[in-house]
Amino acid sequence: MSSAIAVEARRLTRTFGTFRAVDDVSFAVPRGEVFGFLGSNGAGKTTTIRILCGLLAPTSGSASVAGLDVATQAAAIKERVGYMSQRFSLYTDLTVEENLRFWGAAYGLHGARAAARRHWALEMADLTGRRRTLVRELPGGLRQRLALGAALLHSPPIAFLDEPTGGVDPAARRRFWGVIDGLAAGGTTIFVTTHFMDEAERCHRVALMHAGRLVALDTPARLKAAFGADTVFEVRSRSPQAALRILEGTAGVAEATLFGEALHVVLTTPDAVAAVHGALNGGGEAGAEIRPIPPTLEDVFMRAIAAAARADGGAAGDRP
Amino acid sequence: MRQTLRTLASILLKELLQLRRDPKILPILFVAPVFQLLILGYAATTDIRRVELAVADLDRTPASRRLLEGFTASPSFQLVAEVDSQEQLGPLLDRGEARLALTIPADFAARQVKGLPTPVQLLADGSDAAAGTIGLGYALGTLQLAAENAAPAGVELRPKVLYNPELVSRNFMVPGVLAMIIMVMTMILTAMALVRERELGTMEQLLVTPLTPGQIILGKLLPYALVGLVEILTALPIVLLHFRVPLRGSLLLLVVLCLPFMLCTLGLGLLVSTLSHTQQQAMMLAAFVFMLPQIYLSGFVFPIQNMPAAFQWVTYLVPLRHFVVILRGVFLKGVGLDVLWPQVAALLLLGTVILAAARARFARRLG
Repeated sequence: MSSAIAVEARRLTRTFGTFRAVDDVSFAVPRGEVFGFLGSNGAGKTTTIRILCGLLAPTSGSASVAGLDVATQAAAIKERVGYMSQRFSLYTDLTVEENLRFWGAAYGLHGARAAARRHWALEMADLTGRRRTLVRELPGGLRQRLALGAALLHSPPIAFLDEPTGGVDPAARRRFWGVIDGLAAGGTTIFVTTHFMDEAERCHRVALMHAGRLVALDTPARLKAAFGADTVFEVRSRSPQAALRILEGTAGVAEATLFGEALHVVLTTPDAVAAVHGALNGGGEAGAEIRPIPPTLEDVFMRAIAAAARADGGAAGDRP
Repeated sequence: MRQTLRTLASILLKELLQLRRDPKILPILFVAPVFQLLILGYAATTDIRRVELAVADLDRTPASRRLLEGFTASPSFQLVAEVDSQEQLGPLLDRGEARLALTIPADFAARQVKGLPTPVQLLADGSDAAAGTIGLGYALGTLQLAAENAAPAGVELRPKVLYNPELVSRNFMVPGVLAMIIMVMTMILTAMALVRERELGTMEQLLVTPLTPGQIILGKLLPYALVGLVEILTALPIVLLHFRVPLRGSLLLLVVLCLPFMLCTLGLGLLVSTLSHTQQQAMMLAAFVFMLPQIYLSGFVFPIQNMPAAFQWVTYLVPLRHFVVILRGVFLKGVGLDVLWPQVAALLLLGTVILAAARARFARRLG
């Protein structure tokens, strides 16, 4: 067992009928890393996680978790991973304490160790004073942390968190990520999916999935650096709507979106900025303020997805 | 092993806690069976009491009076009308005021004296076939008795009904209702509990724990087996004390033999859950595919001997059929395992096959 690698996928593929939910995906996650897994709904994130947790068999390729093969050693993997699914998965008609007792027993914990781990989960979730509260009466943020605590009762070295902060308010999200950082600092490998870019920024590395394939994988800083300087601009003008209409038809503009009162404009090449100036001046929006800004992770992902979509189109035969 | 038992105990405890927390399930568990037993105990009876009888006695002799007394003295008949002509009987039957109409011809006494056959006419309302046939049966019995009294026959037939001498249909219907309650409760509750876990997403969470599918299934079936036993113990006092159905066999044997039947119903509940995505689907599937056909084919409502041969073979696959035989055997005949072992063996076999199939489907749905 290579102790440095917690999770590894090698050409992992899973099909449902003719649909390739996960298509030839390879990556390796070192121990203790917070690994962000991004992509739109249906991109294959949840399917990948379910394969890695031993809930689903791969169609081809292989994967190992904690050095164990997912296809043949699923039972052993289940003792070493914590899984928090997208859907809230505690019994809402049981109390906090009853849930923790049940899930502890489900993970094979009994006696003093079970009590110690329940204590840990209650502290972590800030629920020490509410152990007799029915879970359905807890606010969303607390439920989410309780679910995390329940999924990690058996102190697994690897945690798979599938959109753990969906439907949770920003303050609760920040607290949740405080817990995740603490776990990672303690050596737990965190494999997390999210739709929030601020959460993606907090990951050590992020992977982007699109249509079942991995289209980007690196640290947030390197992904943004590789995006290239001088291609993202902020445009402020008298009428942002008018400017948006003009720029949507301008060559060299990959993307223009309204962002508050300003436009967020992504160019295909740095030279295209001249065309932007020209178009705005010619379209009656002269005097617009155009300044370069650093790219966001979202810019990176939009371009990666557009490139992947173009490659798909190319495969369909519209290139010479 | 100890570890496994403790884990199972935790799942059992959790399931019972959830049952206790559900404000709607407790009345369903304990009030509904009592209610069902009372309704079916009173309604599911094929005894016809006090058949409405209209008579046209055209003879009006002591001999014809004697014949009539045979009817009026019997608790089975209620004389609703005595008319002067045969024509007046028709309207009484039409309006449903009488179910049986007896005509005694004017020469009844005269023929009897001469030793000639004495025909009488009996009309029965066949629009309610069961009631009509049974009323006709009573009447024929009464007439036969009267005929024997008038001219004692050489051969005397004295039928004797065993096990249920008064042929009280409640005595064989109520044990059947008991079987239905056990079937409905254990099958539906098991199916609903499993489907609910899938709907909530907790099933997936259970599957990523080191619990094996076998443990998860056992943890789900045991609590509902317990519920089934509690149901029996709730219903039995009503059966024995209220309806006074005689229990001629062993009470302990009766309760123990519920277990092989529940093996089948719990297994079917599990099977239903693997075939349904929502609780509504589970409910419909359980009711229409697994419960109603079982009731029809169990011999509980319709006698199996009257079914076409192919259907008679199919009934051997119906767990309820074997259990109804067991219940009636223990209640009314007072027989034990020496007689009922084929039914017990059939239930054990069916239960094992059903559970194995359901478990295979359950495991396959995971990946």
